[in-house]
Amino acid sequence: MDFPKEEFLAPGHRGCAGCGAALVVRLALKQSGKNTVVIAATGCLEVMTTPYPETAWEVPFIHVAFENAGAVASGVERALKAQGKEDVNVIAFGGDGGSVDIGLQSISGAMERGHNLTYICYDNEAYMNTGIQRSGATPWGASTTTSPSGSVSYGEDKPKKNMPMIMAAHGIPYIATASISYPEDFMQKVKKATETKGPAYIHINQPCTTGWGFEPAKTIEIGRLGVETGFWPLYEIENGEFRVTYRPTERKPVVEYLKSQKRFKHLGEDEVEKIQEYVDNQCEELGI
Amino acid sequence: MTTSVGCTIDKPGSTRVNKTGSWRTFKPILNKDKCVECDNCYIFCPEGSINQEYGIDYDFCKGCGICSNECPVNAIEMEIDN
Amino acid sequence: MTKKVMTATAAISNAVRLAKPDVIPVYPITPMTKVAEYIADYVANGELDTEYIRVESEHSAMSAAIGASSTGVRTYTATSSQGLMYMHEVLFAAAGMRAPIVMGDANRSISSPLCIMNDQQDSITQRDAGWMQFYAKDGQEALDLTLTSFKVAENENVLLPAMVCIDGFIITHTNEIVDVPEQEDVDRFLPPYVPKYSYLDPEKPVTVGSMTDSKYYMDARYGVEVAMNKSVKVIEDAFKEFKDIFGREHDLIETYKCEDADIIFIGLGSVCSTVKVLVDEMREKGEKVGMLRVVSYRPFPSEKINEAVKNASKLAVIEKDISFGMGGALYQDLKTTVEGKEIIDFVIGLGGRDITPSTIYEVLERTKNPSKIINWIGIEEDD
Ligand SMILES: Cc1ncc(C[n+]2csc(CCOP(=O)(O)OP(=O)(O)O)c2C)c(N)n1
Ligand code: SF4
Ligand code: SF4
Ligand code: SF4
Ligand SMILES: [Mg+2]
Repeated sequence: MDFPKEEFLAPGHRGCAGCGAALVVRLALKQSGKNTVVIAATGCLEVMTTPYPETAWEVPFIHVAFENAGAVASGVERALKAQGKEDVNVIAFGGDGGSVDIGLQSISGAMERGHNLTYICYDNEAYMNTGIQRSGATPWGASTTTSPSGSVSYGEDKPKKNMPMIMAAHGIPYIATASISYPEDFMQKVKKATETKGPAYIHINQPCTTGWGFEPAKTIEIGRLGVETGFWPLYEIENGEFRVTYRPTERKPVVEYLKSQKRFKHLGEDEVEKIQEYVDNQCEELGI
Repeated sequence: MTTSVGCTIDKPGSTRVNKTGSWRTFKPILNKDKCVECDNCYIFCPEGSINQEYGIDYDFCKGCGICSNECPVNAIEMEIDN
Repeated sequence: MTKKVMTATAAISNAVRLAKPDVIPVYPITPMTKVAEYIADYVANGELDTEYIRVESEHSAMSAAIGASSTGVRTYTATSSQGLMYMHEVLFAAAGMRAPIVMGDANRSISSPLCIMNDQQDSITQRDAGWMQFYAKDGQEALDLTLTSFKVAENENVLLPAMVCIDGFIITHTNEIVDVPEQEDVDRFLPPYVPKYSYLDPEKPVTVGSMTDSKYYMDARYGVEVAMNKSVKVIEDAFKEFKDIFGREHDLIETYKCEDADIIFIGLGSVCSTVKVLVDEMREKGEKVGMLRVVSYRPFPSEKINEAVKNASKLAVIEKDISFGMGGALYQDLKTTVEGKEIIDFVIGLGGRDITPSTIYEVLERTKNPSKIINWIGIEEDD
């Protein structure tokens, strides 16, 4: 793929070496270009990119709080409209906590009202900024600092909340899942999302070296394993039409994904089997 | 110390004053002779530290090793950085 | 000018229509709902060209307002009570980000227990958020203060959000004759908002709402303090211009027969109208009393208050809010501001409890013969 040359997230940001969140933004902005305004929720991304008096952003950027990126984006979008700048891409970034948990109401409102914006949830499956606490997006069996594995605990005991389908229930014109390990796929989706008139939502898997417990060099490899095992499906829903955008030729056993990360290390055969079953069902449902 | 009104920052990309190259323990060395120009290293670097001519900006490269790990032909070696 | 009979919510809505905000995110709550409805009508009938956002909550109303204001446009919202409490977190963000949002608040009590009637606990509780706060005594003043608030908030030496408070039901739902200014006069008083500092624009990218550490945080907060202090002069200048254009006079405080008064009643909002009438009655009975109404609660007009009360010996603070065990906020502020006077606090009218002439007479009696400093009037106190 001919990747757009320009960069809009400067280096020098404080993200961990190998941070997938930085990559999410780097790729998204490469695609959406200069004519973009970014809104971010509190979380790793905001904290690592705006250490006053420095900023890593080379497009206009606003952060207000943890749970309100959807609402702030709504205000920005309408203000741009009032100024006759309807061609500007409005992109909101929120972590899984800021989107799936505390920010759900504000996103739901923004989606239902039909604002012309793109919301990108960078999902690292826990509250990383505050030290790896579980979120509604933490998968079953993952050990976090508030759902730790222990002698009588296998870690997180609830399945992951299905945020893309919650968004789909809003009837918005564009929804997609993505992975940082599939940049063409992701950037194509960002293109569609920003070209969509009305709200678009992208839920992207973002492996986190610190929170998941793997060597920074493996960030992309682990994201790929997530997709190749069927743990993280790649699809889009365009005007109500569901389409798988990438199908692994042969699904790898999920244990390969699980054993690559410290957060799943404690799982025994029974638990792994349960997760495999869950993934099988998910893939069957989605036609992967 | 005075701060700008509302702590607004009007210098886009100003984190560049923070040379994160100093964080590095391992340094990627790219061998252009081996390179097949697949763009993996360029597109996957979280710091945007590899340009489209496959030059590495060591001012900012944090030494994460993603580029090396993703190179299909092992053209990037990670060496101890002194 | 057109004189019309209308409620205060209609008067405020007229001010908003005349100020022409570009974005209005709003969420309904009694007794302020009518403002959201009137503005919706203006939009529906083409009388106001604005981006009206029917947000799903007050937290989102304020968040969207911050987003819009930071994009460089005039922004308005309105709320009350639980809605204002729900905004609490982002009220601080609005001030810290120096977003000149104007908001109307219908003063209403705070749950629990749930009660929709009037007191001023909701806005008083937000006093440290960095917002300017004005308390109007009637619909006309609310209209005038709303227009003035835009001018002051958007002034480059201020750039702080402003709240115009009116007593729920007592004022919001009362019909009165209101002078509605002409559009051309308002345009003269309040030209379109041109943001002085950077705002969200792809042509010149800025970052707003950044992360600071202890090296910068306190300086940023001090910036709010300086702006609040500077706003005093800006408000006074705006009031002068207001008088020149519209003929009506406003000030940071209103005083009535304070010059020779021995006891001065001090309060916020509509209760002062009751007190004013009683001042005359009490004077006929030989009581040397006066009334001082604090119009601008933030910035707090310390100098003006000190000057106005200099000849009195006692101040009777009547207020509809409480910091439990410590008296009301106005009492505490006056304690900090005014020296050498006996200051006695009277908590009255919480949750809309009736304030009758006898309430104020009781305040007078207890001020003349005080047995304690913090007094709850209208209930049986547990001594
Ligand atoms: C109202 C509120 N509650 C809690 C916090 C503390 N907090 C800040 S960031 C964060 C977690 C962020 O998690 P997520 O959205 O997943 O982003 P990540 O840090 O993982 O990128 C929390 C709990 C806050 N800032 N505001
Ligand atoms: S903790 Fe994870 S998401 Fe946060 S900066 Fe580090 S790698 Fe990125
Ligand atoms: S080691 Fe990491 S930071 Fe350095 S160039 Fe390679 S991918 Fe970029
Ligand atoms: S990843 Fe390897 S082969 Fe691909 S462009 Fe980089 S150095 Fe060349
Ligand atoms: Mg997270």
